[in-house]
Amino acid sequence: MALTLQVNGQTREVQADAETPLLYALRNDLGLVGTRYGCGLGQCGACTVIIDGKPVQSCDITVAAVAGKKIITVEALGTVQALHPLQRAFIAEQAAQCGYCASGILMAAKALLDVNPDPSDADIRNALDGNLCRCGTHGRVLRAIKSAAAEMRRG
Amino acid sequence: MAQAQDAAARKLPGSLDTNRRLDRWLRINADGTVTVTPGKVEIGQGILTALVQMVAEELDIAVSRIRLVPATTAISPDEGITSGSRSIQESGLALRHAAAEARDLLLARAAQRLGVTLESLTVADGVVSARGGGSATYWELASPDLLARDASFDVMSKLPAEHVVVGTSLARVDIPGKVTGQPSYVQDMVLPGMLHGRITRPPGPQAQLQRLDAQEVEQMPGVVAVVRDGSFLGVVAAREEQAIRAERRLARIAQWTPGPDLPANDPRHLRTLAAETEVISEKGDPATAGARQFGAEYTKPYLAHASLAPSCAIAHWEGSKDRGKVRIWTHSQGIFPLRGDIAQVLDMPEADIVITHAEGAGCYGHNAADDVTLDAVLLARAVPGKPVRVQWMREDEFAWEPFSSPMVIRLSAALDDRGHIVNWGHELWSHAHSTRPGGRGGVNLLAAWHLEKPLPAAKPGNPPLPGGGSHRNAIPLYDFPNQKVTNHLIRQSPLRTSAMRALGGHANAFAIECFMDELAAAAGADPVEFRLRHLKDARARAVIEKAAGMAKWQPGEKGNGERGRGVGFARYKNLAAYFAVIAEVNIAEDVRVTRMWAAVDVGQAINPDGVINQIEGGMIQTVSWTLKERVDFDRHGVTTRTWDDYPILSFVEAPEVEVALINRPDAPPVGAGEGTQGPVSAAIGNAIYNALGARLRDMPFTRDRIVAALST
Repeated sequence: MALTLQVNGQTREVQADAETPLLYALRNDLGLVGTRYGCGLGQCGACTVIIDGKPVQSCDITVAAVAGKKIITVEALGTVQALHPLQRAFIAEQAAQCGYCASGILMAAKALLDVNPDPSDADIRNALDGNLCRCGTHGRVLRAIKSAAAEMRRG
Repeated sequence: MAQAQDAAARKLPGSLDTNRRLDRWLRINADGTVTVTPGKVEIGQGILTALVQMVAEELDIAVSRIRLVPATTAISPDEGITSGSRSIQESGLALRHAAAEARDLLLARAAQRLGVTLESLTVADGVVSARGGGSATYWELASPDLLARDASFDVMSKLPAEHVVVGTSLARVDIPGKVTGQPSYVQDMVLPGMLHGRITRPPGPQAQLQRLDAQEVEQMPGVVAVVRDGSFLGVVAAREEQAIRAERRLARIAQWTPGPDLPANDPRHLRTLAAETEVISEKGDPATAGARQFGAEYTKPYLAHASLAPSCAIAHWEGSKDRGKVRIWTHSQGIFPLRGDIAQVLDMPEADIVITHAEGAGCYGHNAADDVTLDAVLLARAVPGKPVRVQWMREDEFAWEPFSSPMVIRLSAALDDRGHIVNWGHELWSHAHSTRPGGRGGVNLLAAWHLEKPLPAAKPGNPPLPGGGSHRNAIPLYDFPNQKVTNHLIRQSPLRTSAMRALGGHANAFAIECFMDELAAAAGADPVEFRLRHLKDARARAVIEKAAGMAKWQPGEKGNGERGRGVGFARYKNLAAYFAVIAEVNIAEDVRVTRMWAAVDVGQAINPDGVINQIEGGMIQTVSWTLKERVDFDRHGVTTRTWDDYPILSFVEAPEVEVALINRPDAPPVGAGEGTQGPVSAAIGNAIYNALGARLRDMPFTRDRIVAALST
């Protein structure tokens, strides 16, 4: 069946079963592969996107449940040519090893900074409680988010 | 003749020795670029960036000119497996030499063309200039035959003092793409007409498929094929979620004959099994008695690599099912050994199998990357002409990846009345730490064992010393006058075991470093000073002193019942990176590691920030292993299936980490991916002792174990 999604400011049509997890529609129908499968159970955060301003794990929410809502994926955050301050900070801090968790963390961080432009260290840690990193880049990620927040406050 | 013998006896650096053709490694292109084709692969460790630096350095070109080609069996040098923190030594030193020789060849051509001597030439970003005027570029001078030759001996690479690119923290080449959501992993590849596959595994390691009526699954939406071969069972569907749904139905209707019961999940079960016993070090008189004798036993459980991305591969079968060729994309750490194993399963020539590496998530050792590749091939063979992408589900990865072996380590020592160790005994019990593809006399791929005509696994084993496997880092680096080290290898394991970061070096160094602390306490000595007392190696002493200095370690410092600090040290494999750490713990409801200070010496650091990133990551991952991790199973099979069953360290729990790099540009460069694991686990155990006066010897250090240790 045809479902209409609002993704990254565009209206997109997806031919998929209503029960299809949003993750697969994003990756396989819309080609937005920056959102990644890690567990399918909403436990690791690799598939985090922003829906109506809130971070949501796209692996355990159906396309039918998000029809008409505003979905933002990592692809809309910025590009290599025009980086978002968060992405710039991740590069400056070299805040990745394998990088598989990065998209989800960036989206969780954006959702935080959108409502809390001056987060404390504890705010940032708590905002990432649903995101796992196995390589151990935690310190770099936390520093990157803090410095991006500072840059965004400066404007 | 004498010369030929000479050449055969001499060795070229790293993997160049076994892959001598220069154009297997690099090509100088007319368009102003240099193509580099290493056989080692990126697994999140940043190796490709370091290799780019080493080539740019020797060729005197901008790093932006270098084009990296993913490793492929079609053209890349066979560098075996990307593991053991050996990529700088093997791939890096090969490329350094090859690039230096390419530069020599280009300069010889320039000298001839310009009619000047070699000595009058200088190079800047590929432009060769003569002192008296005149210039030519690499891109004009190069021709396809330039590097169509074997590497020579006696090529001089630059002296460390001349380095301008090596030794700088060049930003990783892959991070911009990864933080902007670009396709970066094999999981993200899309081929025209690609289908999706999933595998239904047995309920336990030896269970067999008894009955299956697949008709209802075959009629499900999108299902293209149900593939059954013995106890190997999979499904191919048009859409990914359709494959997942069909797989779930298959799992519900398949009937299995259970295998034999698994034993209890206790590392000490190892001590009850038949072992091959070997004394691997004996020094002085191991019967020497001191004034006081001590003994302790340490254990670690089965651990999972737990890569964030479940393993994934794509296979494209061309031709008929019986006579075809197959192209494969995989995040395997060893594409050549994997090709050999797949060729055995398919009973076809290796030349008909082309494997190309594409990145996956960090793997930290032998995870399911190889297994899922054979899965994809077996499903693709059933649907010729259509590429099939298989990604394991999270539950598959936890249940079926090869685990790090449980271990038991029994240490004994004698102290003299001056507080010196005069005798040391180390006995260890472990399963094998290396069952990767490429083993002799069998096939090390999961699906191969489940086929109608199964192919047996190769005999599980260990890499040999000095690196070693279960016995890695079992021989102490400390100077003891008398010692004996005994390895008990139990090859057959209830659950499959294989390589995970540091192999046996994790548990061996953990045990040694905890026991050193116990002996220091018995001797009334400060644990830092006690280590230095037994250590002559200057580089070893330097990292310990540096870490202690960073932490402002106070000799004899005591914890307060809540907070405490401990030290740990090792030289990885006794021949690679030196690493020392001070860990601080805070114990309330649970143990929390709050801060760590560490010093590392990897010889020449090619990319200092890359080294520090690897060390930080290794430390934080080890905190997770030490405090939280254990694979669980019951008598039927693995019960660890999700992140809820196997929690890892979270962002809320992550410690502050400070790492100092002791750079030694004149020492050979070694890897940084491993070597932190044993010392960090020990430093945590020692910090808990420092805080509470209770000694924990069984990992993980959970709340229950702390309570138990306090009550004895």
